[in-house]
Amino acid sequence: MKNRKIRGAYTQYKDNQVTPEDSYWNRRDFIKNLGLSGLAAGSMSSSALMATIDRPVNSGFNTAEPLSTENVVTHYNNFYEFSTSKRKPAEMAVNFKPGNDWKVEISGEIEKPGNYTLEDILSWTRVEERIYRLRCVEAWSMVVPWQGFQLSQLINLVKPTSKAKFVAFETLESRSVFPGQKRGVLGFHVLPWPYREGLRMDEAMNPLAFLATGVYGKPLPGQNGAPLRLVVPWKYGFKSIKSIVKIRFVEQQPYNTWRKSGPREYGFYANVNPKVDHPRWSQATERRITDDSFFGTKRIDTKMFNGYGEQVASLYSGMDLARDF
Amino acid sequence: MSYLVYAAIFRLLGADPQEEMLHQLGLWTLILLLSGLSLTPLNRIFSIPKLIQYRRMLGLYAFFYLVLHILVFFWFYLDANLAELFDEVIKRPYVTLGMLATLLMLPLVLTSTRAMQRKLGKRWKKLHQLVYLIAILGCIHFIWQSKSDLNEPLIYFIWLVSLFSIRAYFARKKAQ
Repeated sequence: MKNRKIRGAYTQYKDNQVTPEDSYWNRRDFIKNLGLSGLAAGSMSSSALMATIDRPVNSGFNTAEPLSTENVVTHYNNFYEFSTSKRKPAEMAVNFKPGNDWKVEISGEIEKPGNYTLEDILSWTRVEERIYRLRCVEAWSMVVPWQGFQLSQLINLVKPTSKAKFVAFETLESRSVFPGQKRGVLGFHVLPWPYREGLRMDEAMNPLAFLATGVYGKPLPGQNGAPLRLVVPWKYGFKSIKSIVKIRFVEQQPYNTWRKSGPREYGFYANVNPKVDHPRWSQATERRITDDSFFGTKRIDTKMFNGYGEQVASLYSGMDLARDF
Repeated sequence: MSYLVYAAIFRLLGADPQEEMLHQLGLWTLILLLSGLSLTPLNRIFSIPKLIQYRRMLGLYAFFYLVLHILVFFWFYLDANLAELFDEVIKRPYVTLGMLATLLMLPLVLTSTRAMQRKLGKRWKKLHQLVYLIAILGCIHFIWQSKSDLNEPLIYFIWLVSLFSIRAYFARKKAQ
């Protein structure tokens, strides 16, 4: 059977799925103008109007907050596989342009294990846009328009068995692609490679859990985790593993890299939680980065589950989140 | 410094200029401090007495960068909230160390003039030996705040340790 034809690596989006930065802003101006001209029905807030244009805000799939600019989103990246500097990945990833022939090994407690290409996966799933807040454990945050598909779509396709209690993810390990995986000048590895992350099955099935293949209407740049990365907006950014090559369904809670490197500082759940400080810094507030001007970053209060409590709080009822941080 | 101001105005500091500014100022504080401490050993080895006159300047510059480093932290990370600064100093050990180093540096800055040097006489030298402790605190502060990559902070630590070794070597030679 012929699947949807995909000519090149970068043709996965139809034109109408692509929204450049400018029109994002225009859309917001449009909404603002509506409000100012009194067209908005008295009780309607601009975010409610937004909902009539896009998808409902209360689904958590969208937000009316100002987007972080494309420049900021693609030039401020924690991607230690390239470098521990946040500015360098953008320079170093210029030649890392994986295409739709990228292979993902999906295995473990499922009925349909296999090596799938990104092309396969994209032909089975529905690409859509999600505007999510991204909160880094380092206490900065952004608002990012991702394109991709809901993780649960893929999970349903590979048919997990009853033994599948967790999903484990792994990033590509390649010292030629990722120089940051080599030893540092003094012989230390920055982290134990390859980078690994995991989710509990019910977390992975939550509608917010998302696999991104694009950002700002373009295929994911290398520095943002091309060609396939996880986005779990209610958790700290390090859970959102980049450049995924393996997805394994397992019975036991999987290893995750940052927890391994500092179990006192980074947990498995890593839910955004203003009440549980990182041992070395406060998590009560965050610096929201919107553009690269000196005053473009403002400090705001951090919300429980990064503001997605309505969607995910029930996953953790009865758990002590100060202990299972 | 003028580069940092220029870069901040012309948006050359990347997507998070506040963080870049904070880190650069901290890093340069340490570099200036260690450079100042390197002059005496360099003079001992290569006999360039001219170097010694730059110690004061480097020390004062280090302090200037340190003050800016703290101001950026205070202003952008703590919203200029004194209660929060107090909280951070108490709760975060690496902030505690940094603050301690800063406080220890104050008397050195105040007594850096030639007049004070003359007035204090022998005690001046004793007082200014605090700079060794300050440098150690600075290095630990740098190591402690880093997330996982110890390669860079350890380079500065090695710099400091080699300075101490050279001094120890000359001190022993003198004693013999």
